[in-house]
Amino acid sequence: MPPGFSWRDGVAKAAVRSVNILSRLSSRGSGTVIGGRVGLALSPHLLANLAQGRDVVLVSGTNGKTTTAAMIATGWGSSIATNDTGSNMRAGHVAALVASASPSAVLEVDESWLADVARATKPRVIVLLNLSRDQLDRANEVRQIAERWRDFLVDLKETTVVANANDPLVVFAAEFAANVAWCDVPTPWTSDAVSCPRCTKPLHFDDISWWSDCGFSKPQNVVTTLRDGLHVRGTALDLNLTLPGSFNEANAAMALTALSCLNVELVDALARINVVANVAGRFSVRRWQGHTVRLLLAKNPAGFSAMLATIPTDDVDVWVAINARVADGRDPSWLYDVPFELLRGHRVVCFGDRKLDLATRLDYGGVEYIVANEETPLASSKDPISVVANYTAFQEWRERSSEC
Amino acid sequence: MLNVALIYPELLGTYGDGGNALVLVERARRRGIDARVLNVGIADEMPDASLYLLGGGEDGPQRLSADLLRASTFASRVRDGSFVVAVCAGLQILGTTFAVEGNDEFEGLGLVDAVTRRGTTRSVGELVVRVGDRELVGFENHGGRTTLGAEMVPLGSVERGRGNDGRVDGYATSTIWASYAHGPVMALNPWFADEVLSRVLARELEPLATVADQLHEERRTTLKR
Repeated sequence: MPPGFSWRDGVAKAAVRSVNILSRLSSRGSGTVIGGRVGLALSPHLLANLAQGRDVVLVSGTNGKTTTAAMIATGWGSSIATNDTGSNMRAGHVAALVASASPSAVLEVDESWLADVARATKPRVIVLLNLSRDQLDRANEVRQIAERWRDFLVDLKETTVVANANDPLVVFAAEFAANVAWCDVPTPWTSDAVSCPRCTKPLHFDDISWWSDCGFSKPQNVVTTLRDGLHVRGTALDLNLTLPGSFNEANAAMALTALSCLNVELVDALARINVVANVAGRFSVRRWQGHTVRLLLAKNPAGFSAMLATIPTDDVDVWVAINARVADGRDPSWLYDVPFELLRGHRVVCFGDRKLDLATRLDYGGVEYIVANEETPLASSKDPISVVANYTAFQEWRERSSEC
Repeated sequence: MLNVALIYPELLGTYGDGGNALVLVERARRRGIDARVLNVGIADEMPDASLYLLGGGEDGPQRLSADLLRASTFASRVRDGSFVVAVCAGLQILGTTFAVEGNDEFEGLGLVDAVTRRGTTRSVGELVVRVGDRELVGFENHGGRTTLGAEMVPLGSVERGRGNDGRVDGYATSTIWASYAHGPVMALNPWFADEVLSRVLARELEPLATVADQLHEERRTTLKR
């Protein structure tokens, strides 16, 4: 039994295992959150005790958490404890650490929970990807999250923060942390950082930098650059990802920077990351009612904007599925912050609980659309049809489709 | 030419508020009326427009917007009869005082007699407001409680959600509409978009059927269940 680990933790840990097995056997759930909750109820310090003695990496930010965490876990090379089911609050972390005794752990963390989880797990590395509007009905406002991060990060003297130097809100959060590895990676979405987090005056952007009149500006001492190829701490690396999109290149650059803090051999790590083809079903090609579909997850304006840019221009139909349940954020107002006009020239088939909200958005945006129902005849296509879905809609599409 | 000015979208656009400009202009165009959106950035002069739109924003940007508007010709244009649709933070800015960042009292533009204080809880959820024989549906997310002066007329009475104070939502004057229903309220309520357009253009508009009618009906029935 590790030091600090009490009989209470032992009971709690056993409870997490048995509840999760029961949950899976009774087909009531994938069995992660429920067991973790039971364990935390029995022993509130369970997460801290489970993390003790392990090398922990935390990954947070609005977009790319799951993919980046998967890249770090894969790149690290051995068996890693990780919450790859997407349960990214404390109960999910407890379940992941109970399920694997590996000395290495990679945990993706919901933005609002990062301070708590970091205090409990004392991570070696925290990766901060980006901050933009997402589920504003729950997390209130992105600036408040940046301020909360800023408050706790100054206290973590032993942790290295791997932070995106092109996201002003992330820089605001990390600028006073003891050890920061700044990453200069492409970050096209800056619509949520137009006014300076320090002085509220307008921020200025050009092709390579950003700054405010008060002096707050892009950090210059970057360790990783992704312009004219990828360089991590002076090493040139040949990115050749299977996953699509420039946003995934940025995720890989930050994953490799995190691994460089753990003395992992980067060339080998990259070879493993390059072949990752889907992450928790994202980007996977599946079958549904005679159609071949590629499932793409996008949950907010920044994510949608990046994902729409990956859709081949010669595709005729694009399917989009929108829900607004609790896990999605109950307010789909953000549809008007997504540049759906990019889809002009395609025909969009609208799915999901909020297909009429989507259809209205597309109608006003001058994009051809149809609202799908049971009888809608849908054209088949030789190439996989892109299905872009937000969180719970994506889960529904994973369930209703089958492997190719 | 109908000019619809979208004010400081980079500050007051937290919840897809730009959608309102898109909807108004598009509904005018489909009736053969020449219309365009003027994006008013924080460094721009306040342009001439028939209708100005103020959206929602976080505390810091809301305070900055109020300061910028105070230094601009906005208030005098509104007093001279330009129309305004203001939601959420915009609703608060037009009043005499509002609270941001703690409980500070911050000076508004004083165009209407409305005071906003910080409420004890945040109001987050669906909002349904009865406006005459119509219903306005939307989503609210704010920490304010707004009290209207004795002469002020609310936009409507709250049937679901909080609005200003749990009883009424927003306010309406001869040239201003204000609501806590943030974001694309014009998209969810095509009748409201047409009412605003009709008043601004000072003419009757022929009916325009769009998929937004189905959306409005679906939201209305879902929320009243």
